[in-house]
Amino acid sequence: MSVAKSLPHDSGPLHVSGVARYIDDIPTPANTLHLAFGLSTVARGRITAMDLSAVRSAAGVVMVMTAEDMPFANDASPAAHDEPILSDGTVHHVGQQIFLVAATSHHAARRAARKAKITYAEEAPILTIEQALAGNSRFEEGPRVWTKGDVDAALKAAPHRLQGRLEMGGQEHFYLESQAALVFPQDNGDVIVHSSTQHPTEIQHKVAEAIGKPMNAVRVETRRMGGGFGGKESQGNALACACAVVASLTGRPAKMRYDRDDDMTITGKRHDFRIDYDVAYDDRGRVLGVDFTQYTRGGWALDLTIPVADRAMLHADNAYLLPAARITSHRLKTNTQSATAYRGFGGPQGIFGIERVMDHVAHALGLDPIEVRKVNYYQPMAKVRAGGAGDNSTPYGMEVRDFLLHEMTEKLLGTSDYARRKAEIAAWNAKSPILKRGIGFSPVKFGISFTLTHLNQAGALVHVYQDGSIHLNHGGTEMGQGLFLKVAQVAAARFGVDVSRIKITATDTAKVPNTSATAASSGSDLNGMATQAACDTIRERMAECLATLHQTTPDKVIFADDRVTVGATEMDFSQAAMTCYQNRISLSATGFYKTPDLSWDRIAGKGRPFFYFGHGAAITEVVIDTLTGENRILRADILHDVGASLNPAIDKGQVEGAYVQGAGWLTTEELVWDDKGRLRTHAPSTYKIPACSDRPEIFNVDLWDGENPEATIYRSKAVGEPPFNLGISALLALSDAVASCGAGYPDLHGPATAERVLAAVKRVRG
Amino acid sequence: MTQIHVTTTVNGDEVEFLADPRETLLDCLRDKLGMTGAKEGCGTGDCGACSVTVDGRLVCSCLVLGVEAEGKKIETVEGMAEGEKLHPLQRKFIEHAALQCGICTPGILVAAKALLAQNPDPTEEEARYWLAGNLCRCTGYDKIIRAVLDAAAEMREGV
Ligand code: FES
Ligand code: FES
Repeated sequence: MSVAKSLPHDSGPLHVSGVARYIDDIPTPANTLHLAFGLSTVARGRITAMDLSAVRSAAGVVMVMTAEDMPFANDASPAAHDEPILSDGTVHHVGQQIFLVAATSHHAARRAARKAKITYAEEAPILTIEQALAGNSRFEEGPRVWTKGDVDAALKAAPHRLQGRLEMGGQEHFYLESQAALVFPQDNGDVIVHSSTQHPTEIQHKVAEAIGKPMNAVRVETRRMGGGFGGKESQGNALACACAVVASLTGRPAKMRYDRDDDMTITGKRHDFRIDYDVAYDDRGRVLGVDFTQYTRGGWALDLTIPVADRAMLHADNAYLLPAARITSHRLKTNTQSATAYRGFGGPQGIFGIERVMDHVAHALGLDPIEVRKVNYYQPMAKVRAGGAGDNSTPYGMEVRDFLLHEMTEKLLGTSDYARRKAEIAAWNAKSPILKRGIGFSPVKFGISFTLTHLNQAGALVHVYQDGSIHLNHGGTEMGQGLFLKVAQVAAARFGVDVSRIKITATDTAKVPNTSATAASSGSDLNGMATQAACDTIRERMAECLATLHQTTPDKVIFADDRVTVGATEMDFSQAAMTCYQNRISLSATGFYKTPDLSWDRIAGKGRPFFYFGHGAAITEVVIDTLTGENRILRADILHDVGASLNPAIDKGQVEGAYVQGAGWLTTEELVWDDKGRLRTHAPSTYKIPACSDRPEIFNVDLWDGENPEATIYRSKAVGEPPFNLGISALLALSDAVASCGAGYPDLHGPATAERVLAAVKRVRG
Repeated sequence: MTQIHVTTTVNGDEVEFLADPRETLLDCLRDKLGMTGAKEGCGTGDCGACSVTVDGRLVCSCLVLGVEAEGKKIETVEGMAEGEKLHPLQRKFIEHAALQCGICTPGILVAAKALLAQNPDPTEEEARYWLAGNLCRCTGYDKIIRAVLDAAAEMREGV
């Protein structure tokens, strides 16, 4: 069967030949207009005068637009209508789009955009969490608070108690392909939009509003993205709308791509967080109660801040059964880029909070951090399913029924040789005055499903042609994660044919409508199931037709090995398709899926928001230089649960990439805004994502051998986001190395840059 | 701005184009010659997505002017395969799943080929540091290094 096989990425041959097309590679007619935005240079204020005459007269400029020139809706927001495509006269962050230039070339448009003379009445920007709290600048009326048990009583009665504060920075997606869109005008004012987006339906919706047409006038096509990571969930809206408006007004194709600096200056990033904690625990490190206060900067517009902050709350427990917990979440509005979706969607921030608590408690008690974690784990799946495990519920009241981390941790401790290495590192450190090594462990339990329940739906469209070739389409988008191939493997398995029969096609809102973003790791879960449904509809029709022709029953028709067996007769799949066609059988079908058994009240913080959990665990070893803070990851061992993998090679690739990206978030990737609200790290020269040389020297990645107890597609599990959290082990390893320098708690914040490591070394030495 | 006539060799074929003297080699390849294998990831010489070789030397084509190509030999990813036959590096990248979104792949292949041309038997560390200028946000690099070393081994045996 085609599932559970490590088939290579379907676009591999195109990628290695340099002919896989991204938006900027699509050939365009000579009359195509190229667009650029003029950007705000101040963080907060009002525009008092705007002189665009030099922009209009610059070489190659065809058109310049401001908000007044927008013919219909002037909004790029996913829902809140608070994100004007072009400024309404007020500005809310440095890099906000103020006007739009259309010119004969990309460079002409960008050069012209710099020639504007804009005067502002500046106001003092709200940039930090403290400033936002002081000014009560927030989304929603006040903080969200969810509770389980009596935290105050637990804290009061605690045998031990400690408090701390953890700060963690945001993260730039740094998809190598920056945001891009290309729009071709059609008859009747309709448009075809090519967009590098994870959410074609949202692009369709926003473009329709921007050109004053119903959604059926807009067709959005996305073949592939050069990376997404959440950054292309909503951040492509402004470009696609701008192109569509210009194309509609001029009748010429319009294209826009952000230069890297513009991309980093304009678009949203991962939410940065501050988490304050107060924890009660016993002698073994068992948490009796914990009080978390999470603060996050959402930036200037709402975007996805509410569900991101919710997911941070939903992961404040990570893998640990908390008898009592209070989680308070402040969603703050600041004059910075509008923070947005980024792989993990708030989950990693919430998880880092509790992992920090575990680490701090272990340090305070002088216990091995893994032992402290183990005594706090949720009850194992087998015990819960056998009944009588007692309370095994999350702070939001969902019983955890599939917990795997006891078994996985044991296995990883063995394969990574943890105990021996830990002792060896301690002995080595005792003799090494300058270089110090450290080892860190972090597990993850990650909830799978969109927390906005209605998004958990997907559609697919499958055709079998009379020659036996198969056309596959579904609502998921391909950003490198191998979704198209995994879903094609599902389709091939349903028809019992080789994957080469399946034509993988671009996501297209004209084929499958009303799709959700390819996000929340849900791509193969949702689209795999929808595709299975479509294929099964066609297969049943074929089976019935063939059974009738051969005087047997449909259950005697077997689809396997690229052939169809009908009782005693056997034929090639192509022949079967031809026979069905000649017998006037419909060989095209749609499929639909919605995730079952979800219920969620986000205000109360109660329900079953997730269909299941994905798990993983990592052990990272690092070395630091105590004179400079410079550090390296020496070794990483990972064991990750993807259920019964649809494609182990692709899933392992996801785990590796996610770990490195997660480690980057907490080590080298530092976003710096100055006190005027200008992002000073807006290019790879100043913003450091992991490079090849940062890759762990020893990197052992294994998939846990198991299957999803829930009825997912071939019992697989989602893989995109959960392993991102494993990067937390890198920071914990740095913390461990620092801790070997003195008695104090390292109190390392993220990202633990060389500077921060050096400062922490000084701190623990007292 | 006056356009300058440039004659150069790309992947063995002589080509000509008119370039604005401010235009980068990357833009000339992509916009004038329709060769979109080299990508713009940053435009500032920091990501390697635009890697090509000029007279055998690995460069970021976003930092080279189109007019500098005059009389030179340019090699890009489009010239790596011989007809239908993929270069061992290309084959190994597919086999080892050393690509995800694939947009860094052309630049990394060109850089890896340049490495193996001058050092057919690189250590893992040499490969890692040589490729440190080629960013990949998707893969975490492990499979990339394995693919490069495996291709190097195969190419050495082939000699
Ligand atoms: S585009 Fe040339 S190095 Fe990034
Ligand atoms: S595969 Fe996406 S950047 Fe390398």
